[in-house]
Amino acid sequence: MTETLLPDLAPAYGEIFMAIGAMALLMLGVFRGNKSTELVSLLTAAVMIITLIITVTWNSTAVYTFENMFVVDRFTSFMKILVLVASALAVFMSMQYFKDEKEERFEYPILVLLATLGMMVMISANDLMSLYMGLELQSLSLYVLASIRRDSELATEAGLKYFVLGALSSGILLFGSSLIYGFVGSTNFTVIGETLSQASHGPDIGVIIGMVLVLAGLAFKISAVPFHMWTPDVYQGAPTPVTAFFAVAPKVAALALLVRVLYVPFGEMSESWTQVIVFMSLASMVLGSVAAVVQTNIKRLMAYSSIGHIGFALVGLAAGSQEGLRGLVIYMAIYLVMNVGTFACILAMRRKDGMVEDISDLAGLAQTRPAMATALGIFMLSLAGIPPLAGFWGKWYVFKAVIATAVADPMATNYGLITLAVIGVIASVVGAYYYLNIIKVMFFNEPEAEFVLQKSRKLKAIMGVSAALMVLFLLPQINAPVLEYARMAAAALIS
Amino acid sequence: MMEIGLAHYLTVAAILFSIGIFGIFMNRKNVIVILMSVELILLSVNINFVAFSSYLNDMGGQIFTMFILTVAAGEAAIGLAILVIYYRNRGSIAVEDIHLMKG
Repeated sequence: MTETLLPDLAPAYGEIFMAIGAMALLMLGVFRGNKSTELVSLLTAAVMIITLIITVTWNSTAVYTFENMFVVDRFTSFMKILVLVASALAVFMSMQYFKDEKEERFEYPILVLLATLGMMVMISANDLMSLYMGLELQSLSLYVLASIRRDSELATEAGLKYFVLGALSSGILLFGSSLIYGFVGSTNFTVIGETLSQASHGPDIGVIIGMVLVLAGLAFKISAVPFHMWTPDVYQGAPTPVTAFFAVAPKVAALALLVRVLYVPFGEMSESWTQVIVFMSLASMVLGSVAAVVQTNIKRLMAYSSIGHIGFALVGLAAGSQEGLRGLVIYMAIYLVMNVGTFACILAMRRKDGMVEDISDLAGLAQTRPAMATALGIFMLSLAGIPPLAGFWGKWYVFKAVIATAVADPMATNYGLITLAVIGVIASVVGAYYYLNIIKVMFFNEPEAEFVLQKSRKLKAIMGVSAALMVLFLLPQINAPVLEYARMAAAALIS
Repeated sequence: MMEIGLAHYLTVAAILFSIGIFGIFMNRKNVIVILMSVELILLSVNINFVAFSSYLNDMGGQIFTMFILTVAAGEAAIGLAILVIYYRNRGSIAVEDIHLMKG
């Protein structure tokens, strides 16, 4: 009798490759020192792209491995693609910045790689243990990334705040996990889901408390109101390329994890969590729109903007249907491109004496740097959700789904889904004020000192391609594959 | 004599968890106290897991505890490292001084 000692490794080839790649690059960096930063950055991006290819070629229905702790299906594939694209672009965007600041450190790309590995594990987690390990690998790397500029007061303060609140949220999540484990008897998502669906008298109060605590911990990571308070400070204090990374990849990963936790183990308890999601979504949309109006720092503004966008994405989750989940997935894909493009523009805001971050510094950009002003204008219109740009379609699909649920099942209006949609649209209109204000500053204010000409071709390419994608999203050639893949991803979780 | 059962362990863990949460929010003096509170939270979770594991006769909880202990060590190391560079820049680790950005 032969007994296989090794689990099936094939579904995790991408993650294994990344882990080995990170260790190899760390060796390279240690031996060659900080002058190898550019090489390490390029190799990091290469590792991510190879992992992306591995992820894309693995296209099948759900496969479980490592004692059912790890799952790969079309939903995880789609979310991993988003995370890998966002991370690789973040590495590309950071290279010129650190060169200009004379702050080149080989640790930076490796930490991004490790954080991305953590996100991949989070997305594939099918057990509270793998959830926690992935989440911590991601979080610990992000704490260091936030304070990677050791001599900057703002960056270290951002790192400290992020660490304290992140550790607190992990603690809350863990306490919830322990209650779920105790009251259900397993940490495996599939087993928890089966046990809860067989329970005759509904879930225990302990399980409900545990689920709410886990939900609160994850809400911290996606910075949904009321757990958003770290976001503006960390976004403002962290170096700009780090903020660009924070704004996209960790959000996508944590949201994917949230979706899996809600649908696989707690699918039976949807009436309990829908109320929580509806509240978080509503509060995030309103706060994201209203609080951003008074901001003067563009990174802080983008923080509030991202809080608002998470609120819109959660609308899709509140719908509780396959269509809603598809809307959420599409929303995150579009959010990725919009945010990467916007941050490429923010990274290009550099005068002779260094980076500037105030919205007033953009004054008259249309005269001094017309191409950049046009690109940033497109991103702002798209973030505001003005048709026919991509940002509008993201909102369209989530709101369509939530209205469809509310109409199909009038009982569901108890959760206030119609109210949610109406307030969401109003919040979107209010939010348009500050996006349009940036356009007004760029196009109608008197120009100030010019920005230095951007040397990095990568940054220009990212700006141009994302702006083009925003405009061309309504072409069926561009949106059809996204819509189709998103539908398959959603179908993997809700049939 | 009273038997010490699951409920007692859970009560201790819940009390420790609450002390940890209060330590983070009530403390206005020193960031180190916050790090201690974080450790307290993680340890309360460990007590929960071990108690449940023993009660359910299931090894899963104890394995989870091992993972949490490992991560807690890493988390403490990173927390202290960030605190050290923060102290170098500001010359203080008092909580009320952490206000360069409004939050």
